[in-house]
Amino acid sequence: MAQQTARADTTADDTDKPDRAVVRDALGVGVAVGLSGFAFGVTSAGSGLGLLQTCVLSLLVFTGASQFALVGALAAGGSPFTAAAGAFFLGVRNAFYGLRLSHLLALPRAVRPLAAQWVIDETTAVTLAQPTRRARRIGFTVTGLTLYVLWNLTTLLGALGAKAIGDTRAWGLDAAGPAVFLALLAPMLRTATERAVAGLAVLLGLGLLPVLPAGAPVLVAALAAPIALVTEGPRVGRGRRAAGAAEGTRGADGPTKPKEDR
Amino acid sequence: MNTWIAIGLTAVGCYAVKLAGLLVPAGAMERPFVRRLAALLPVALLAALTAQQTFADGHALVLDARVAGLGAAAVALLLRAPFLLVVAAAVVVTAGVRAMGG
Repeated sequence: MAQQTARADTTADDTDKPDRAVVRDALGVGVAVGLSGFAFGVTSAGSGLGLLQTCVLSLLVFTGASQFALVGALAAGGSPFTAAAGAFFLGVRNAFYGLRLSHLLALPRAVRPLAAQWVIDETTAVTLAQPTRRARRIGFTVTGLTLYVLWNLTTLLGALGAKAIGDTRAWGLDAAGPAVFLALLAPMLRTATERAVAGLAVLLGLGLLPVLPAGAPVLVAALAAPIALVTEGPRVGRGRRAAGAAEGTRGADGPTKPKEDR
Repeated sequence: MNTWIAIGLTAVGCYAVKLAGLLVPAGAMERPFVRRLAALLPVALLAALTAQQTFADGHALVLDARVAGLGAAAVALLLRAPFLLVVAAAVVVTAGVRAMGG
């Protein structure tokens, strides 16, 4: 609890976060995820997709979990429609990220169709961690650009190098994806509510895995969020809303943990 | 051809939901419940994805080298290691455990 308070205090000083620090955070995430782009290229080629198919996925789909899910489902012999449905369900979360980002970034309407392609886990996490609108826009843009370029480049290299590498699992590359998700998740687990949501989501996601089609357990696990909100009820809700209003007055949209560790 | 159908559907679908999120009227975010929900949904999704990609093998749950790798990543996160080091720890430890026959 003491640590929580200390972190909350530092966010106040964080409002004049230098651009350089934002760019560094964004580059850190962008470069790290470049690793999983390589893993995707290798996995996709190993699943029997051609070089062009693998690269088109990274260029046009550009949301890692969906891409991994799609090639996994195709490799397992799923129909194109089942495979695409699983990938689509995984991608639905980006709509909720966009919902939050459009409020935080306040992008002009004309820019939105372009920015949309970059609305993913990593850009959202970096953007949410920034204290001001300027920092959020820089964070979103630098993360998006770095990630898009590197992810596509490493996808190409991975697909080309798949034969040389052999078994990606032997290189531990299948752990890169979940490690990226965990690193994005960790700073969000600030209060008991967030931790309860995460715990419930893990139980739902794993418990339903054996019985539901690929992609569906993650969507059901998302229900942990509204369930926690309803259970939280008016008890904590009133205090939270007051806290939220206070946050609003200094221009931040909810407490954000400083990301000096990225 | 089937693969291209799957790629086409996924590309269109995934872009459409990304754009939909950005185009929803800003007013919808003013309601406290929606704001809280939008903040908590990524927590739920990322937690479920982390767990699944650590323990899932198709439709089965397994304990393999990835668990050790993710454990290493968690330790790195607790030590406030940089992002790249967190991912590297997971990859290296997973590879190491597999090399030892884990």
